[in-house]
Amino acid sequence: MDLILHVWRQASPAEKGRFVRYEAKDVSEHASFLEMLDIVNERLTERAEEPIAFEHDCREGICGSCGIVINGYAHGPQHGAATCQLHMRHFSDGDEIWIEPWRAKAFPVIKDLVVDRSAFDRIMQVGGFIAARTGSAPDANAIPVPKDKADLAMDAAACIGCGACVAACPNASAMLFVSAKVCHLGLLPQGQPERRERVLRMIGQMDAEGFGSCTNHAECQAACPKEISVDFIARLNRDLFGAALTAV
Amino acid sequence: MDLDPRVPAGPIQDKWDKHRFELKLVNPANKRKYDIIVVGSGLAGASAAASLGELGYNVRCFCYQDSARRAHSIAAQGGINAAKNYPNDGDSIWRLFFDTVKGGDFRSREANVYRLAQLSGNIIDQCVAQGVPFAREYGGLLDNRSFGGAQVSRTFYARGQTGQQLLLGAYQALARQVGAGAVKMFPRTEMLDVVLVDGEARGIVVRDLVTGKVSSHAAHAVVLATGGYANAYFLSTNAKGCNVTATWRAHKRGAAFANPCFTQIHPTCIPPSGDYQSKLTLMSESLRNDGRIWVPKQRGDNRAANDIPEDERDYYLERLYPSFGNLTPRDIASRRAKEAVDEGRGVGPLANGVYLDFRDAISRLGRNVIEERYGNLFEMYERITGEDPYAVPMRIYPAPHYTMGGLWVDYNLMSTVPGLFVIGEANFSDHGANRLGASALMQGLADGYFILPYTVGDYLALTGPSKVDPEHSAFGGVEREVRERSERLLAVNGNRTVDTFHRELGNLMWERCGMSRDRKGLEQALGRIPALRDEFWQDVRVPGKGEDFNQSLEKAGRLADFLEFAELMCQDALDREESCGGHFREEYQTPEGEAQRDDERFAYVAAWEFKGVGCPPTLHKEPLTFEYVPLSQRSYK
Repeated sequence: MDLILHVWRQASPAEKGRFVRYEAKDVSEHASFLEMLDIVNERLTERAEEPIAFEHDCREGICGSCGIVINGYAHGPQHGAATCQLHMRHFSDGDEIWIEPWRAKAFPVIKDLVVDRSAFDRIMQVGGFIAARTGSAPDANAIPVPKDKADLAMDAAACIGCGACVAACPNASAMLFVSAKVCHLGLLPQGQPERRERVLRMIGQMDAEGFGSCTNHAECQAACPKEISVDFIARLNRDLFGAALTAV
Repeated sequence: MDLDPRVPAGPIQDKWDKHRFELKLVNPANKRKYDIIVVGSGLAGASAAASLGELGYNVRCFCYQDSARRAHSIAAQGGINAAKNYPNDGDSIWRLFFDTVKGGDFRSREANVYRLAQLSGNIIDQCVAQGVPFAREYGGLLDNRSFGGAQVSRTFYARGQTGQQLLLGAYQALARQVGAGAVKMFPRTEMLDVVLVDGEARGIVVRDLVTGKVSSHAAHAVVLATGGYANAYFLSTNAKGCNVTATWRAHKRGAAFANPCFTQIHPTCIPPSGDYQSKLTLMSESLRNDGRIWVPKQRGDNRAANDIPEDERDYYLERLYPSFGNLTPRDIASRRAKEAVDEGRGVGPLANGVYLDFRDAISRLGRNVIEERYGNLFEMYERITGEDPYAVPMRIYPAPHYTMGGLWVDYNLMSTVPGLFVIGEANFSDHGANRLGASALMQGLADGYFILPYTVGDYLALTGPSKVDPEHSAFGGVEREVRERSERLLAVNGNRTVDTFHRELGNLMWERCGMSRDRKGLEQALGRIPALRDEFWQDVRVPGKGEDFNQSLEKAGRLADFLEFAELMCQDALDREESCGGHFREEYQTPEGEAQRDDERFAYVAAWEFKGVGCPPTLHKEPLTFEYVPLSQRSYK
């Protein structure tokens, strides 16, 4: 198939970006979206132009590196899939495709489609963990965890930290990301001692990083490649409310 | 070259306890005076960096990804083994030890494998304490499942995302240490060389992947946790960024590289669909529990799968291995698939796969049972191929997946360069010539949480805390070499892209040093690789600048190393005149076409010493003795 691409090109954080039009000719419908970009990049390199910078690594939807806004949708039109899992058979010959980076104040553009998501790491560093020193753990079966709780914790833990939730949110809020971790750990008995502190600190850091607030659009859930539910945001709010009202 | 494995004396079950007692300790108040560099943030690197930080050392951790959480351990699906014996089915440390030595086709070091089995239980305890959401039974206790190569259920799992959950556990432990100031994290930073001062590893030279700036970091010890080299084949199940650079550059500085020809080809991956293919996707091995593998009896039969009548299908694994059938170990299943495709009986538009058919399982158990067991995998398959595996058989083909070879390490996980430790897939230690399923995660975490934090202390206690000076002339010299290399790559300005060279190398390695090898093919490859390397350095085109975010330059640097390393892989494969595990030499097989080991001549670790690019490396041998697991021939008939 032949396609017309409008790709966001931005040489550095300081410079102004713009859309550049490229023709991608003779692309197989079986190629993945990133393989289509590979083809475009090979041709750009042959023409001595700089290839389009985009982030990717595992190319099987689990590392969370990739993330492109395609025709206005974070990770493109396919539901429950990361950009790397999107194949060209979802497009038609002659389509025009608009390709942009995540747009959020807390995710500044580094180059072209690559953004800086280190804010997520900093949120994790203030409380996204259970403090369990190596070597200090009791036997794994010492604390039974009800299956439904463990399953729900796993639903939340499936987050790949790609940032699509932020890109899709009109407020660029990171609430789905934060709630997934708060709930994963807070649902488990091992996570109880730090539960109150965890939610306060993670939300505090989220605000400090410049992410917006949640106003219940649920665009995050629709964009999430792991289909993480906004129910976790409700759970987080319950924890946050409780924590804020509890004196230490 | 000193290849003393420093395995402690005494009965195997007491070695590690005795050794831990004998290891020197660093006084808690002195730990902060020691700097340790950890390169890589996968299971091994993240768990090591976190544990060392908890102990009080000054740790710096480097990864090329934008976050430590993205290391490729994240993609492991199946599970992690541990000899907990929770199912009460007769598992034990001894049994896990036996299975791993035997599964590795007797090419691993017994003492290391025993220690791995000993520590396996601690890993599960640690991960549960961190909040890893392993699968549970209704009573709330941990669930186990069985996995290839074992007759007990010892595999712990978190849906099909066990690697992800274990890595997030280690990443969170690491994040906690970063928050506490014990570990400083350097994401988007690639290690490009190791620096030796007076023969000992004292730091690394790195490139900041955003600014392109090259700089030095000094430390008292350097830990490499940089994974495997399956991307030598270009197409593999590894992440695109996985590379051999850190271990190869360390090798060039004096670290012996052990058994580089031991690579694992996973039998159930989705075959390539065209020349634009950028990587291969693994389908969990568990599919072989219910799927039947077949190809048409006739060569070149291009009828649709469902139009081929039963008596014209060859269920070759069931035919050749009546007792194990479709569940033969990875190496055998892979090789037989290659044989079928090479005979011209491959299926699919490119005739490059074999069928994995669920028709009989669906009619026996019902579609809903199959959906329950494999629903997510079927969905993943359909997403990639556009075909519905409930209606037409899946097409699968083997793909490079894991590399058992790696830098040689002693019992303390230290390489032949003092102060340079190597953990996880990057070392060669525990899997011999073939790794069993669900053992990679176990080894990465055993090394990082429970072995290295002890053994590195012993080295540091003997070294003393005298300050390492990053102004030492050794650093400046290496930095200059690293910069010059990047400048050379940018200056070639030839006609071919990096990927065209990488595909060519990958294809060559796959054909000549892949699932089966022979002398003629390996000699051809050894003739071709240096020529390809020369063409690369004369004709590659790397656009952009060095002092910038430049993904082409990153790829070019990694490929330049693969182009040197590939020669060593072939050399090692040529030198090992036997078949064992994943290393199958056509010339050395039983009349039935099975791998034939030669324990008389080859029961050793081949540790290679670098002698210059294009110069023959020197082989050193660490003899392997088997005191506890009697040498035997594997049979799956």
